Order: sequence, then C-alpha cells, then structure tokens
Amino acid sequence: MIVEIADLTKVYQDKHQRVTAVDGIDLTVEQGELFGLLGPNGAGKTTTIGICTTRTLPTSGGVSIAGVDVVARPAAARRNIGVVPQFNTLDRSLTIFENLYYHCKYFGFSGTEARERANTLLKQFLLDERCESFPSQLSGGLQQRVQIARAIAHRPAVLFLDEPSAGLDPQSRIAMWDAVRALRQEGITVVLTTHYMEEADELCDRVAIIDHGKLLALDAPQRLKTTLGADTVIELELRQSDHTQPLAGKLNSLPQIKSIETMPDGLRIFAHGTDGLLPQIVQAAQSYGVRDISISEPSLETVFIRLTGRDLRE
Amino acid sequence: MSPAKNVSYSTAFAGLLLRDLRVMRRELGPFVVRVVMQPLLFLFVFTYVFPHIGQAGAVGGTNFATVLLPGLMAVAIMFSGIAAVALPLSQEFGVTREIDDRVMCPLPVPAVAIEKICFSAIQSILAALLVLPLAYFIPATPVHAHVANWPMLIATLILASLVAGALGLTIGSNVKPQQIGLVFSIVVIPITFLGCVYYPWAVLSHVRWLQIVVLLNPIVYMSEGLRTALTPGVPHMPALMIVAALLLSLAILGRFGIKGFLRRVIS
Repeated sequence: MIVEIADLTKVYQDKHQRVTAVDGIDLTVEQGELFGLLGPNGAGKTTTIGICTTRTLPTSGGVSIAGVDVVARPAAARRNIGVVPQFNTLDRSLTIFENLYYHCKYFGFSGTEARERANTLLKQFLLDERCESFPSQLSGGLQQRVQIARAIAHRPAVLFLDEPSAGLDPQSRIAMWDAVRALRQEGITVVLTTHYMEEADELCDRVAIIDHGKLLALDAPQRLKTTLGADTVIELELRQSDHTQPLAGKLNSLPQIKSIETMPDGLRIFAHGTDGLLPQIVQAAQSYGVRDISISEPSLETVFIRLTGRDLRE
Repeated sequence: MSPAKNVSYSTAFAGLLLRDLRVMRRELGPFVVRVVMQPLLFLFVFTYVFPHIGQAGAVGGTNFATVLLPGLMAVAIMFSGIAAVALPLSQEFGVTREIDDRVMCPLPVPAVAIEKICFSAIQSILAALLVLPLAYFIPATPVHAHVANWPMLIATLILASLVAGALGLTIGSNVKPQQIGLVFSIVVIPITFLGCVYYPWAVLSHVRWLQIVVLLNPIVYMSEGLRTALTPGVPHMPALMIVAALLLSLAILGRFGIKGFLRRVIS
C-alpha cells in the first residue's frame, strides 16, 4: 500500500458558512497503480489531493504516503510526492532546462546528477528542442508535459495529477495520456483527479467515485460498469412523458430488463442482452408516442447517475 | 533532528538560493540600474548641482554629502529588499502561483520563507555597496567617510538587509498584486522620507514629537547604524540601541512575514 487515506475530513469554516469539502474518505492505493478520483467539480477531489500533497491540513483523519505521515512530517513526505496542480506553476523566470535542473537541486541532487536527470527527462518527454525556451513561449500542452517531467524529476513514489487534461485540446490530452501510461513502466504510482469519465475509464486501473466529499464507489472501471447488472442502456424518449409509471411497471416484468429510471422526457432502461427486446419495448410504449430510442453500453457516467441521481456535468 | 535530515534541509535551502541567484544573474543589468538610479540622481542634484548654484547645505554642521551617504545606503537596502521579495512574491502568489514548486521542496515551509529573506539580504548588501563609489565620485564637496567601526558596519549591513527582506516578505505575502502600488505610497515612501535618511536623528531634537515617532521606523536604525560605522563625525545614536532595535524589527517583521507566507500556501 503506497497511499493510505484514513477517515479523512476537511471542513472549511468561516464567519458566514461551513463547508464540508471532504467527508470521511477511506481509501488505499496500491504500488504501481493508476488510480482515479472521479467526480463533478466541487466534489472534494482537489481538497483530497491537497491534503495528500501537504498543502491542505485535514480537519481530522490522516494520510500516509510510502509510510510517511503527511500531516506530522510534511517535509519528509514531500520527497515521495510529485505534483502537477490544476494551474500552471512552472517557474517563469527559468528556462525549461533550468526548471528541471533546479527542481532536482531542491531535492539534493549534485550539479552533475541534476544536469543528467534534466537532460534525460527532456529526451523522454520530447522536449530537448525547447530546452532553452521559457515556459511562456510554449503551448499549453507542452507546458503540461514539462510540469509532468518536473513532478517526477526527483523520482517520487507517487505522482498526483489534479485535473491533468483541463484546458488541453484533444490532441494534447491524448499525448498526456500516453505520457502518464509510460510512467507506469517506471513503477511510479499515479493518482489523478478528473471529471471526464472517458479519462477515468481510459486510463485508470481503479476509480473512486466521489460526490459531496463522500466516497460512493471504488473499483475497476469495468467492474463498476457491470455492477449495474446490465450491459445495455436504452434511452426511450416519449411524446407523452408525464404518466410513465404503468409503462415502467409493464416493462419491468420483462426478464431482460434489470431496472428502469424515469427521466423528464421518457425512460432510461437498464437491460441485459437486447435479443428481441426492442420490438417489445416499442410496442409497449406505442400509446405514449415514441420520439426516439437510443442504445448504448453503460459508461462510468451511467454509474455516476445511478449513484447520485445526477449528471456528472451538472 | 537527525544529521541526515539536516543535510537534506541545507541542500534544499542551497538549491533555492542558487535558483534565486541564477534569476538575479540573468537580470543583473536592470538590477544595477534600479539600485543605482535613485542615489545617483540624489547625489547629483543635492551634492553636485546645489553647491554649484550656491545652495550648498549643511546639516548639524556637517556637509550634506556626508550626511546623505549612510542614508542613501539605507534607502538602497530598503528598496532592494522590497524589490527582491515583495514584488515577485505578490506576483507568484497572486497571478502565476509559481511559488508552488518551491513550497513542495523537502523543506519545512517556514524555511522557504526564510530563504526569501536571506536572498533579499544578499541583494540589499550588494545594493548598499553599489552606493559607496557614487558618493566618492559625484559630490562637489568631499565626503568625510571611512570605516571607523568594522564590526558595527558588518552588523548593521547584515541586520538592516535582513530587516528589509523581512519587510518585503511581510508586504509580498499580505498584499494583493494590484495593491502593491498603494502600499508603496502609504508605507514605503513615508518610511524612507522619515527614516533619518537626509538628516541625522540627533538634529530632529528641534521637532521633538517627530524625533520620538520615528523611533518606530526601522530605517532610522539602518541610517544611524551606517552613520555610526562610516561617518562617526556626524551625530548618531548609541550603537547598542541600534543593534537592539534592528534585532527587534527583524523578530517582529520576520514573524509577520513567515505567518503571512504560511497562510498563503497552506490551507
């Protein structure tokens, strides 16, 4: 176990209000894992990462990284931590090479070691041509790559990425995913937060779904999706969508249908197998007027909706 | 604390200093211009132009250039401290958040703040030394200065520079970037004008209330300390009082600065 979060709570209290950002989160991350914290904005992901990376003090509970308590021994814990925060924190007064070089110096590398490490990273992240540039001369995607290179320069045990693809164009996002996957070969454990379910699905070995500071579910993306007991999601849009209760009851008796949710403009049906199912649904719904019918595989988003009753993007 | 831990702290601290020195080296030209411009013009107008147009002044029986030299060194120390820490820090906190990488060093966070004070002190000492040659070449009347008291000179230079850095840290970590200009007008300019820069503290006895009020101003002790060490012919405060006041200022401003810094980086 490389990251251990135990009963973590963070309450922000000022004169006007009291906000519980993290509400009793317990979780552990294994060595070498690519772990995702998935949740909407304001779910408590960034606060959780803030506590893990010694920048936020918990109200109660604790975190240990590679066996070091981050609250009691923050300076020692930082040796094991690499961070890429949400905002760009590259040193604007230094070149790309110097950003990496001085970061190594902060972590006690000798001049020669720091130079070698910086050059290796520049090659590994395909940045050698830009080594003399200043951060402001680089595109957002490239700056993000430098931030990742810098975060792992001191060979931390765990790399924390807070919303790594926020503000990146699709191409840079895919390049960033490749860079993160490559870290795995070096044995670095990665913990990332995201509100893009594709990102969690695509990248992570395990995903923790968080909302309102609470941990709602934790498993591999595939397992999370199959816990629905369904492999197909059918969305039925109806012309008359007010009294759908009898229709839902009728459909629920079909053996392939696992569960049904009422939506403002129709029904969302979770089914196992679709053989011969669609005609039966269409026939049953005839009197309501079928406007549209769509079939998809369950995604982490449907899992999230099942857990919270809300859309991730709301 | 284990020795290994001490070594790792000191190497991290050294790394931070090296980084700041690298950035300063890159901006050495602007640094020199910034430091030299004000004392250069001051000396030129008041100690070169004025004597030539028959306005030569003397304060407390001493020629003005001699009174001015320690004061201008104190101002240079003060301004460097603020320029080296307050301005960049308020930027790094507010707009760019780039202080983050340094806060994530394997160092206790107060040490990161202390490094800022130390680096600023290095700049302040350089700035004070840059003023010296100006005072020899510009004034029309000779400056009567020699190092009368080496320990006092070294103690004042170091303490004054650390106080300036601590003030810079206090301003930088407590003031929003858009308000820095305002702080200059309401804090920095008054304390330099009322810092016994252009007149020795002793002659303020003619304005007794002011003589007492300015005792709250750390620049007074910087100017007076340098007077004690460099121009002992000009009346000055007792050395012990100066050192004690500078130590007290450092303790107070250092505490405020470090607290402000911690509040900005740890939530």
